Amino acid sequence: MTTSYLECSGRERLKRIVDDGSFHEWLPPAMRIASPHLAQLGVPSSFDDGVAIGRATLAGHEVFVASQEGGFMGGGVGEVHGAKLVGLLRRALRDRPEAVLLLAESGGVRLHEANAGLIAVSEVMRAVLDVRAAGIPVIVLIGGANGCFGGMGLVARCADHVVMSDAGRLSMSGPEVIEASHGVDEFDSRDRALVWRTTGGKHRWLTGDCDALVDDDTTAFRAAAIEGVRHARPVTLERLEAEHALLTARLTVLPEVTDGDDAVALWSALGVADAVRIPDLDVESVRTLRTSQEA
Amino acid sequence: MSDITPGLEALDFSFAGRLPVGTFDPVLVGVVGSGNLEVLLEPAGGSECHVHVETSARGFGPIWEAVARDFHARHPLAGVRISISDMGATPAVVSLRLEQAVSELTS
Repeated sequence: MTTSYLECSGRERLKRIVDDGSFHEWLPPAMRIASPHLAQLGVPSSFDDGVAIGRATLAGHEVFVASQEGGFMGGGVGEVHGAKLVGLLRRALRDRPEAVLLLAESGGVRLHEANAGLIAVSEVMRAVLDVRAAGIPVIVLIGGANGCFGGMGLVARCADHVVMSDAGRLSMSGPEVIEASHGVDEFDSRDRALVWRTTGGKHRWLTGDCDALVDDDTTAFRAAAIEGVRHARPVTLERLEAEHALLTARLTVLPEVTDGDDAVALWSALGVADAVRIPDLDVESVRTLRTSQEA
Repeated sequence: MSDITPGLEALDFSFAGRLPVGTFDPVLVGVVGSGNLEVLLEPAGGSECHVHVETSARGFGPIWEAVARDFHARHPLAGVRISISDMGATPAVVSLRLEQAVSELTS
């Protein structure tokens, strides 16, 4: 029997991804390290500020792990939430686990905490890069209902290895944000098929923005996370330039005017045969169709 | 106009328990999401069961008390502190979360 990764809470995912019973939590709920801001706004806070952090083993590998709870404020990164992520990453620099796992589900910065959240996200990004520079791979898993957007989308793309399910979504600006700023003609956020064609796991896989595409299944995510431990990607000038080249090429590959759907046009331009059928294919089939290589 | 002011409401209830639960690792169930709540069970010593609620839905004190009393009638726990962060859960959902917490406590 399979268990949907998407349907699990942040803590349930944590339990199922790492080795059974191996998770040791830091700053657990009973310590009540909660948001100092939400109560002032009349909003209830969560005892863990929406993220669980700690150490565990993953197929015997010593790892540090964080799991965001999308059900609380859409996984929004507030001051304490962000500080917990930063603390985990900095501790990784000191204790040198074999990898750091981020089970990301977040709409980005928690707007209630505005600047504190923005600063927190920038600190998380810096800490991720420090951990990578120390040779410890940072692996991000994305498959929650809220996707991985805003600042956490940036954090994900700073990591060594990104695992997504077809139900997962990864981007910077979320659909509603694009519609609000550029109009419904530019992006209809209620068009779910469009949202997944442009931010979903299959799209990210085909464009080379994620490193593994899995089914919405906790066992599949666990296997991909174990595989990810071996995929440290050193931060070098060559790799950065290669990534810039990949992104520059993507800008020019799409024709100025597309006939029909932009996402399908992009997949076709990337060399995916019969791209129009991508949304109907299962994960296993889409996995074989990638033409672009990760940078 | 309502005389209910904005902000969170904090409620506290205490009951005399009959089932001492001793020491245990804190139990957390639920999520602070719309129509949902988080329940934290911790050992507290003594013979009481104390319930602390913080809720965004103000003015429902009597209903909370009824739900807490009903729960305590089913599980007269002693030496427990129950802390709840609520975002407008219905009484039925609250009761289910409390049951879930107790079942994790005893499993």
